[in-house]
Amino acid sequence: MRILSALLIGLVFGLGISISGMANPAKVMNFFDIFRTWDPSLACVMAGALAVNIPGHRLAFRRQAPVIEPRFQLPERKGIDRRLVLGSATFGIGWGIAGFCPGGALPVISTLDPGVLLFVAALIAGMLLARLPSSWFPSQGKS
Amino acid sequence: METEFTPWASLGGGALIGLAATLLMLLHGRVFGATGILGGLFRFNDPADWAVRAALIVGMAGGPLVFWLATGVMPVTDLPISNLAVVIGGLIVGVGVSYGGGCTSGHGVCGLARGSKRSMVATATFMTTAILTVTILRHVWGA
Repeated sequence: MRILSALLIGLVFGLGISISGMANPAKVMNFFDIFRTWDPSLACVMAGALAVNIPGHRLAFRRQAPVIEPRFQLPERKGIDRRLVLGSATFGIGWGIAGFCPGGALPVISTLDPGVLLFVAALIAGMLLARLPSSWFPSQGKS
Repeated sequence: METEFTPWASLGGGALIGLAATLLMLLHGRVFGATGILGGLFRFNDPADWAVRAALIVGMAGGPLVFWLATGVMPVTDLPISNLAVVIGGLIVGVGVSYGGGCTSGHGVCGLARGSKRSMVATATFMTTAILTVTILRHVWGA
């Protein structure tokens, strides 16, 4: 049941990414190119997602617990720290270079496009690389 | 290179992304963050949890196939950069989202919908550095 549900939810997400244009780095990079070839589509993607997800989350949190699992699992970190800001700043630089964010690239691995596969391989390598220092500083290791 | 502004497709695709995020919270009590889902695929301490993440990713990869069934073409994934830039961008994104604790889906779509201050800071930060990166690469360096 949880597996089937996760499959279908993933499918809705992947279809949304495919329709929205988020899987097209040329388009995403043009969203960031506000001075020349600006393509505001990405703002519509965010607007559409939040228009559903804000009331959706309100509705979900009216319940004591989710429908399938016993409890809600929300991020525990609260404060704004250097790790959050520097990490996010770094992500933005990579997003600007390649035009892919993780959610934009993952669904389109099924196109078997060599560029997509190369990006996802590098993405995974970067994520594993980031775990090295955290095993030296276990207090920051949780993600 | 210009790309076409696609307000309706992007709004509609975005709405599906938001729907998937809502369903994952409502049914499974989880944040739909591509970073967290992919990162967890490389931790093997909880097999049931691993299976849900794997199902989400398989489902996501099915999205473009549904798109193909409906339209007759796979989603466009135009990467207008060199393979070296793809690898560098992927590595930087991987490190950044790991330290920043999320990407466009986790912070941008889910965190903002929950009203998380950390996600607001993260989203503002990665949007800003992405715009700066594209602007510098295309118009300062590339000019």
